Amino acid sequence: MTTNQAINESGLTPTTAVQEDNSLGLSPTMAALKRARSHYGLKIGLGILLVMAIFALFAPWLAPHDPYMQNLPMRMLPPVWGEGGQWQYLLGTDHLGRDYLSRLIYGARISMTIGIGAATVGMIIGVTLGLIAGYYGGWLDQAVNFLVTCQLAVPSLLLIMALVFVIGQSVTVVIFVIGATHWVFYLVVTRSATLRLREMDFVAAAHAMGCSKFQIAVKEVLPNLANQIMVIFTLEVAVAILNEATLSFLGLGIPSPIPSWGLMIAEGKQAMFFQPWLVVLPGIALFVLVIAINLLGDGVRDVTVTNRRN
Amino acid sequence: MLTFILRRGLMAILVALTVSFGTFALFHYATDPAQTIAGEDAPQEMVDEIRKQYGFDRPAAVQYFDWLGSALTGDFGESYFWKQPVVQLIVDHAPVTITLALASLCVTVLIALPLGISAALKPNSWVDRFALSTAVSAQAIPNFWLGLMLIILLAVTFPIFPVSGDATWRHFVLPSLVLGASSVPAVMRLTRTGLLDVLSSDYIRTARAKGFTGYRLIVQQAMRNALLPIVSVLAVQLGNKLGGSVVTESVFSMNGLGRLAVESIFNSDIPTVQSLILIFVLTFVLLTLAADLINAWLDPRIRMG
Repeated sequence: MTTNQAINESGLTPTTAVQEDNSLGLSPTMAALKRARSHYGLKIGLGILLVMAIFALFAPWLAPHDPYMQNLPMRMLPPVWGEGGQWQYLLGTDHLGRDYLSRLIYGARISMTIGIGAATVGMIIGVTLGLIAGYYGGWLDQAVNFLVTCQLAVPSLLLIMALVFVIGQSVTVVIFVIGATHWVFYLVVTRSATLRLREMDFVAAAHAMGCSKFQIAVKEVLPNLANQIMVIFTLEVAVAILNEATLSFLGLGIPSPIPSWGLMIAEGKQAMFFQPWLVVLPGIALFVLVIAINLLGDGVRDVTVTNRRN
Repeated sequence: MLTFILRRGLMAILVALTVSFGTFALFHYATDPAQTIAGEDAPQEMVDEIRKQYGFDRPAAVQYFDWLGSALTGDFGESYFWKQPVVQLIVDHAPVTITLALASLCVTVLIALPLGISAALKPNSWVDRFALSTAVSAQAIPNFWLGLMLIILLAVTFPIFPVSGDATWRHFVLPSLVLGASSVPAVMRLTRTGLLDVLSSDYIRTARAKGFTGYRLIVQQAMRNALLPIVSVLAVQLGNKLGGSVVTESVFSMNGLGRLAVESIFNSDIPTVQSLILIFVLTFVLLTLAADLINAWLDPRIRMG
């Protein structure tokens, strides 16, 4: 019951029906690609993401300065359009005189690493448990369901904070802790799809040919779930990025001086009444990244999940 | 109906117990409470003395049931950091969080329901597009950042509301907006899809054919059924708001349970953290239980099934 609502909250169930298209005769992949070409949200999201990914990947070459280099005489410079801004520091400098643009570019790296890392960890946990629960059923299914109920009842942010504090603050810890608390959507979707696929003829055929349960689960059932899992993966990347920013903002995420956007907002907060751009810029970066990922996720859902399968 | 309540109630208790044991185990194996109480650089003898005095040398299971037994009688132990009973701390901090959670729930309902309903009434119109893009944007805005932007805009540039604190009702306006906005996308989407589903059903077509329009059609006929899932999601969202208060209260420096939780974590104040997590979980479980019961009461199919 609760899990179904949670899924609805995520907007995973398609809200807009895909238009009928005459893609008869095309392979499913080609048909999806054809639909993707006329999907504006998907194209915009993908475009923004590609640009940000290029900045993140090639940060050492694209960033004008070293993001860790302190230059105290040049501290708190406004962006170039502000009063006293300098072309050398396009977006100004922070309280230690570090170039803000460079820190923002390196921050994209942190956000993307954590988003993809945490979503992968969650995917491994959720899909494994979902396959087990859906394919084996019985007491295993009930045990997994109980685990979901418990996970949903815990205030996840509080749990993440406590875990990070206890284990220690680092990028790896943040990835694993966020991943370990965000697997419910994967599980619910994998489980219900597995339940449905289990009854299909091709699974019965594989069984008759002597495949083990494990082989069937991995080789027959899993490939049929790829589309849905991919959609959840994108949306979970966005959730993980926002979670990391919140954690770092509260001081329980990425440790200083690593340029995390959440941490930059926390540092900028001290001076936000006089130099609001210190808070505004990393927030806009976060917003743009997350909205691009969500547009991509919604788009992928629209073009691949053609009917209400769940 | 009775077996339904009993079954759900039992599940709720089981969940609360499992979660509280999990939290206990986590802190038990990862931190040394004796060291925390004694201080970072206390001599080893003193740490050992405290360990004995507080009973930290006993087996983990014994300590857990000892703590649980006291917790059930309303004794949550003594805070290591604030040096006062945890119950007192919770009683002192709860009003702010409860007020904030309820006020933000009102904000959510007041924004999400009208938006969702108008979007469902005219699907694919500009209202619908506006509502959906609001949901997409609201989902992507970091909640704490929205708080800071509202402070810059409505407390500093245009000093309408106070920057931080929790003294008067004016202090609650901005935090409630921030916390309320976080649940708008979920509730709005659900209202929209729920109402769309209902509107395409046969009985609404019949009602339309009989001449029902406007308010009577939407509110008296359609909303009744569309409300079912909204009741559950609102309960879940109210539970989430308790967790969300962690961030909002920190941004606006409000003395509620969320900020208490953050500070307790920073100070390794295990009894407080543990009690707060237990209380949050219990509240969440009770809220979902209440929502399930309301739904079962509204919809006979659930309580029979």
